[in-house]
Amino acid sequence: MKLIDCPFIGPRPAAEFVYGGAWRPMPDAEQCSDAEWGCYVFHRDSVPGTKRELWYHGPSGTWLVAERDTLTDRFLRTMTLGQAMAEEASHA
Amino acid sequence: MPLRLVKNAFDSRPGPRFFTQPERLKDSYDVVIIGGGGHGLACAYYLAKEHGITNVAVLEQGYIGGGNTGRNTTIVRSNYLTPEGVKFYDKSVQLFQDLANDFDLNIFYSQRGHFTLAHTDSALRTMRWRAEVNKHYGIESEVVDREDIAGACPELDLDCGGHLPVLGALYHAPGAVVRHDAVAWGYGRGADQRGVEIHQKTRVTGINVSGGRVTGVETDRGSIKTGTVISMVAGSTPRVTNMVGLTTPIVIHPLQACVTEPMKPWLDTIIVSASLHVYVSQSSRGELVMGASLDPAELHSTRSTLDFTEGLMDYLLDLFPFLGQARVMRQWAGMADMTPDFAPIMGTTPIEGFYLDAGWGTWGFKATPVSGMTMASTVANGRNHDLIEPFNLSRFERFALVGERGAASVGH
Ligand SMILES: Cc1cc2nc3c(=O)[nH]c(=O)nc-3n(C[C@H](O)[C@H](O)[C@H](O)COP(=O)(O)OP(=O)(O)OC[C@H]3O[C@@H](n4cnc5c(N)ncnc54)[C@H](O)[C@@H]3O)c2cc1C
Repeated sequence: MKLIDCPFIGPRPAAEFVYGGAWRPMPDAEQCSDAEWGCYVFHRDSVPGTKRELWYHGPSGTWLVAERDTLTDRFLRTMTLGQAMAEEASHA
Repeated sequence: MPLRLVKNAFDSRPGPRFFTQPERLKDSYDVVIIGGGGHGLACAYYLAKEHGITNVAVLEQGYIGGGNTGRNTTIVRSNYLTPEGVKFYDKSVQLFQDLANDFDLNIFYSQRGHFTLAHTDSALRTMRWRAEVNKHYGIESEVVDREDIAGACPELDLDCGGHLPVLGALYHAPGAVVRHDAVAWGYGRGADQRGVEIHQKTRVTGINVSGGRVTGVETDRGSIKTGTVISMVAGSTPRVTNMVGLTTPIVIHPLQACVTEPMKPWLDTIIVSASLHVYVSQSSRGELVMGASLDPAELHSTRSTLDFTEGLMDYLLDLFPFLGQARVMRQWAGMADMTPDFAPIMGTTPIEGFYLDAGWGTWGFKATPVSGMTMASTVANGRNHDLIEPFNLSRFERFALVGERGAASVGH
């Protein structure tokens, strides 16, 4: 059985998790143009590679961020939203 | 020993059956089509046949029809929800009906009638809406009740074992199944006979753009100069648009399907249930051809899963409890290029000379003829064909989506 490592309660069966889409920074809605906003709302980067994604663990009702290889379906890392945001801030 | 066999023994390769296999790529072409699926081959066919443009290369990384064209469940219908979609797919159904004559090839076009079951009031409401839009454009489409469904498919358990009983259905008489490979071969042969070059095992690895204009493509067999590139690569679209620095709303998800062992003919219609996430038809070989909705997360792979067959069979048995003993024979997947509004992305792009035919997701086989025809016209005339104008990539920044989800999500 495929397992996903929940950062809160450890490995759980993949079937308990729901995909929440790519985790992407939001542009400032007041500042950006319609085209930029349309790009944020609709456009995605679906070239295969390692992606940061939102996943939801149904039974415990928690959101988490996972790094997954979209060519092989391997989960490389999981982290809490807090950890992901802290990493994002330190990169910026 | 027959002479023909002896002759073959001295040939380095067998003679062409359907196509000539050109030895080498030319230095330049007027038009390069990336992807030798149904769409790419149809576009090449209409470029040559309708517009006299024959200096065309179709470049296919694998073998023709080996992508989603050879993996789909072959349903053809036009009972969509939006006026844009209905007009477009209706044109395709019309073209399909003449195709066997056009090709002089049997494409096993088999009109079956198509039932989309409604198990809830809200589903029934959407079907009334669809039926009205369809009828407005002259398409046979009507809401029918339980007795009508029972008459057409007596094997169906309308009560679904007490779980989500069927209330009615949208019935679409023109719904059909077609031999998918034959469609690719027919278009390929027709294009080949008119001078188009089809290069299999030729992968495009880059697209050259200079001053906002396409100037050529790079392949694993060398460079080609061209001012016009049409991307018709379905599940590989993001990789190709990435080559020219374009982003799109397309996300790739696997879509799986399977067939049972062959059985005596008993199902002569196509049955779809969006609420139960299942659709089924019986092929001319007797196999039940079945599918469901997409795999939930982005993935660039054609692997199969047990989750899919388990979930599908659970619902299939709600509809047809007597199939409990039937065995699944084969299972496979394709990579579906999904858009947020379940409508395609077609025509011109911000890069001059780069045309897109993508976003075919789970519904693009039925569009093969009309896509080929309208894309060929768009390239030949330098402006989007009227039927595809609403599907342009620019619709997302204009917030002018073509909401087709209600008619395309499981029904394909
Ligand atoms: C399981 C399943 C069931 C479906 N059921 C239905 C249905 O019932 N009805 C319906 O209408 N639609 C259905 N569809 C959708 C339909 O199959 C597709 O939308 C349609 O076949 C797309 O055709 P195409 O020619 O655009 O793409 P494809 O047939 O996928 O062709 C694209 C080609 O491009 C090639 N390629 C990619 N990248 C490159 C490159 N860099 N260089 C060279 N070549 C490249 C690929 O090898 C491929 O052969 C289904 C799809 C699946 C997966």
